[in-house]
Amino acid sequence: MARWAGPELNRFGKDGVVPAMTQTHSDYRLSQLDQLEAESIHIFREVAAEFEKPVLMFSGGKDSIVMMRLAEKAFYPAKIPFPVLQVDTGYDFPEVLATRDNWVNRLGVKLVVASVEQAIKDGIVVDDGKTSRNRLQIGTLLNALEEGGFTAAFGGGRRDEEKARAKERVYSHRDEFGQWDPKMQRPELWSLYNGRIHEGEHMRIFPISNWTELDIWDYIGREGIEIPSIYFSHQRRVFERDGMLLTESEHNPLRDGEVAQERTVRFRTVGDLTLTGCVESTASTIQQIIEEVAIARVTERGATRGDDRFSEAAMEDRKKEGYF
Amino acid sequence: MANTPHKRPMDLLRFATAGSVDDGKSTLIGRLLLDSKAIFEDQLEAVEATSSAKGYDYTDLALLTDGLRSEREQGITIDVAYRYFATPNRKFIIADTPGHVQYTRNMVTGASTANLGLVLVDARQGLTEQSRRHAVILSLLRVPHLVLAVNKMDLVDYSEEVYDEIHEEFTQFATKLNVPDLEVIPISALQGDNVVTRSENMPWYSGPTLMHHLENVHVASDRDLVDVRFPVQYVIRPKSDEFHDFRGYAGQVAGGVLKPGDEVVVLPSGMTSKISRIDLFDNEIAEAFPPMSVTVHLDDDVDVSRGDMIARVNNAPTPSQDIDAMVCWMTTTPLQPRQKLAIKHTTRTGRALVKDISYRLDVNTLHRDQETKELGVNEIGRVQLRTTVPLLVDPYSKNRTTGSFILIDEATGVTVGAGMING
Repeated sequence: MARWAGPELNRFGKDGVVPAMTQTHSDYRLSQLDQLEAESIHIFREVAAEFEKPVLMFSGGKDSIVMMRLAEKAFYPAKIPFPVLQVDTGYDFPEVLATRDNWVNRLGVKLVVASVEQAIKDGIVVDDGKTSRNRLQIGTLLNALEEGGFTAAFGGGRRDEEKARAKERVYSHRDEFGQWDPKMQRPELWSLYNGRIHEGEHMRIFPISNWTELDIWDYIGREGIEIPSIYFSHQRRVFERDGMLLTESEHNPLRDGEVAQERTVRFRTVGDLTLTGCVESTASTIQQIIEEVAIARVTERGATRGDDRFSEAAMEDRKKEGYF
Repeated sequence: MANTPHKRPMDLLRFATAGSVDDGKSTLIGRLLLDSKAIFEDQLEAVEATSSAKGYDYTDLALLTDGLRSEREQGITIDVAYRYFATPNRKFIIADTPGHVQYTRNMVTGASTANLGLVLVDARQGLTEQSRRHAVILSLLRVPHLVLAVNKMDLVDYSEEVYDEIHEEFTQFATKLNVPDLEVIPISALQGDNVVTRSENMPWYSGPTLMHHLENVHVASDRDLVDVRFPVQYVIRPKSDEFHDFRGYAGQVAGGVLKPGDEVVVLPSGMTSKISRIDLFDNEIAEAFPPMSVTVHLDDDVDVSRGDMIARVNNAPTPSQDIDAMVCWMTTTPLQPRQKLAIKHTTRTGRALVKDISYRLDVNTLHRDQETKELGVNEIGRVQLRTTVPLLVDPYSKNRTTGSFILIDEATGVTVGAGMING
């Protein structure tokens, strides 16, 4: 009888999810999470083999942490053979930066930080006071990719997140301006990925395209890996704006009529803290988060990301410009 | 759902749908997503708002799947969209593709990874050229399970005769195709009959509902667990003190079951060795099988690199530079004899010369046109290629991974063709 030789990884307790690692394989079946993992690892290895200079875009969010874990597994016991790039908006949650540092140190991987502040100072992007940090990230990111000479950039985008993403390839071509042309996408068949690019172009790679939000949580729980503490329920001073709960911060001055008060909240996504809303929640374990997500009625981006709410095509427009 | 402990699906089914708005395909997908709670309130609200802004008196569920601005403007699906939903038993990935002939390449793309193909017909119209074409493409791509959903049964008074006629006609047609498993289900996507819940309007139908079939169709034995095929993707050499002598061959199992102790051959060199160990991350495992991504260690210090294939000594693919395949052409400049292209097969890349195009297949009638010596965009034909490097191939009918390849235009870098090896 085939059996995983791995350690017991059940972190859910007896009533929770049975981790796939403990399943026997008498019928040679692989759980869907194991199938997704195998597909993603295949993509990581394919890129490392075929591209001269890949880089992993790491936000510190749960999706990019799952990417780090998959990259770790893909090349073990060798180190991840490419650096990690983070765009620092200057408005990042300190808890997220701490988690980033823990991951980078544990894996011994090189970290490249592209700072939006620095890009503003250097005149690469223009802060007119009206444009969000999220949007200023685009220019900062493209500049960092160009400066580093990176030919492939891994991103944590998932197709279940948003309609424009649902049609994006795993290997998503970017021209020399970093733009995505949704009408000129290359056909992508079987597991045969086409990584051909011209000088100055690059490829965005989405190894977790086929994962859903629930898959991500299941995997984090199964693997028992570190994520930023703000994903779990905590006390925070927040105020309401445009139907979202935003964190009180020096970067985000209260407007007339807005009142900050302490609530029990958690974040469903992490990003620029001036735009990323939290939800009231008492979920303090992965299992509780999974229960909450399973019955949620609003998508994670719609609920908590000011940057995606501006229009029905907000994401498509930003992606065309070169967004993650 | 709120009160039951969350149970995660243990299984995965990828299925492809083809069709246009007229067939009710988007309504059907919308219903599957709605009924399995995969659509969120804000997504539904956005679609309701757009529908009413356009002056529709119903919620156009097609707007859920048409993701790109140009698609919404034109009201058609252009590209393959991937959709996700799950039931307690299974997770589903839908490759949703447009139905018109000018999007055949998108349909081929969606079918390439599918375990199951879903073809929709309008009960009022019966089989059309389009539905036959969809079945032909799914069969060419060797999608092992086919469902014919006879939709809009509500508009034919849930007539058993209408269903029987279509069933009979399609079964006849399918004898010319390679369809190992066929299910014909009468449904109304709009009313919900036999989609998730059993219809009370069709007591004469005793088969499964669509959802029941999707949840229970047996896909585990569609893989080849006999013929060992392990394309080497990447060589792992840590060069660290702790793992000084570590040399592992990383890849995704494409066929068969690999075990430590197995006698293997490395192609194309033909050198033999023995599997000493198989790793999955930091675990040594007893067996590896498709679609696991693992790292294989060999006893001897043989020279193995990316593009090589590990197989069994007496059961290995044939290294060949002459490839005979069905090719779907995907770009506007036609494929012609003497053309040179880049070819990617498993982890191996080379160049290919088009030696001949023996015929063009009419995907509507299955007629083989031997007069035309070129393939236009969205056309499928039988092509002979000569490659610069030997490819380690199996017939596509035997293994969808080692039997498939893509063709790339060397000047633009664009994927222009998809091939399925004959034999």
